[in-house]
Amino acid sequence: MRNEHSAAEKIKEISGTNPLKCMKCGKCSATCPSFNEMDIKPHQFVSYVVNEDIEALVNSKSLWKCLSCFACVERCPRDVKPGKLIDAARQLVVREKGGDYLKADEIPELLDPELPQQLLVSAFRRYRR
Amino acid sequence: MKYSYYPGCTLRNKAKDLDEYARASARALGFELEEIEDWQCCGGVYPLGTDEIATKLSSVRALNQAKEKGQDLVTICSACHHVIKRVNDDMKNVEDIRTRANNYMQLDEPYEGETTVLHYLEVLRDKVGFDKLKEKVVNPLTGKKIGAYYGCLLLRPGKIMAFDDPENPTIMEDFIRALGAEPVIYPYRNECCGGYISLKEKEMSQNMCQKIEDSAKGFGADMLITACPLCKYNLNKNASSELPVYYFTELLAEALGVKEEVAK
Repeated sequence: MRNEHSAAEKIKEISGTNPLKCMKCGKCSATCPSFNEMDIKPHQFVSYVVNEDIEALVNSKSLWKCLSCFACVERCPRDVKPGKLIDAARQLVVREKGGDYLKADEIPELLDPELPQQLLVSAFRRYRR
Repeated sequence: MKYSYYPGCTLRNKAKDLDEYARASARALGFELEEIEDWQCCGGVYPLGTDEIATKLSSVRALNQAKEKGQDLVTICSACHHVIKRVNDDMKNVEDIRTRANNYMQLDEPYEGETTVLHYLEVLRDKVGFDKLKEKVVNPLTGKKIGAYYGCLLLRPGKIMAFDDPENPTIMEDFIRALGAEPVIYPYRNECCGGYISLKEKEMSQNMCQKIEDSAKGFGADMLITACPLCKYNLNKNASSELPVYYFTELLAEALGVKEEVAK
């Protein structure tokens, strides 16, 4: 079991953002192309960090649905940058042993002849340590 | 004019044509892309964590090489451009990252973000000039209705990328006009194709790419152009493929009359 308080502090540290600045306008969730796929929505991420409910956050499937498209980062009027919070939560998971979302063994089955190298390196960097 | 050039992993492999058309077009336009030595993969995505240093170093090495040559650093792939431009911003403006990256690098002179990073399209707009490009076109693409697909990486975050207006960009449309074709402006041109999600969750990317294609088609485009190998892959694989997708450099080479030279 994680210490919820120190994990929340770690997320703030890694992301470099201040969730308290959020004014709950919901623009991040309105603009997120993965909104329908997320169990915890981008605007809710902010509250989970503020309320130090980190265990729920790191188990959320939203971590693996974020595309790092920076739509929420660009359009946030308060500079809270939910996408960076999501990445920091993802980092908490992949930095732990066994936390990889993508394993090297899975790769051969996922390949096709046209698949660009860029796709593999990007997925490796986001999904594992 | 000579620029340092960072091709990146995919332009040496699955997207060789993106690179070759760019080089041939550069020669026709009178500038040279000098590939930096021993470049390393940028990693594909920018490491967002403020405590991530090692994953930013390949960009710092490339940036420092360009600095030592006194040249601007040119990129073509949207992902490489995004990563290197953002790391450069860190090296210039984030003291903690700058200090720690330089501790790793142990350079004779610390790197502090001195290099200017230019996307190939920015070279065309700001160095060559779209009016000059228009003069060099020998084979205007008259009658073609082209939708520019920007995607995410070139535009956002707008303050750091400083590529164009992130919500209402014009650079690719101006490029299309310079080639003699007609740009088609459609709402989804700066929405995400799904990026790396298509590795494990294809249906998510299919959903996004189909919206992009439908949007472009609905506004009358008969083809799309992109600067990104992953966008091209996703749009080809994960939409109905009713609109062909080209690298912007292919159309550039065609308009400049140097496409055949690459095909050989």
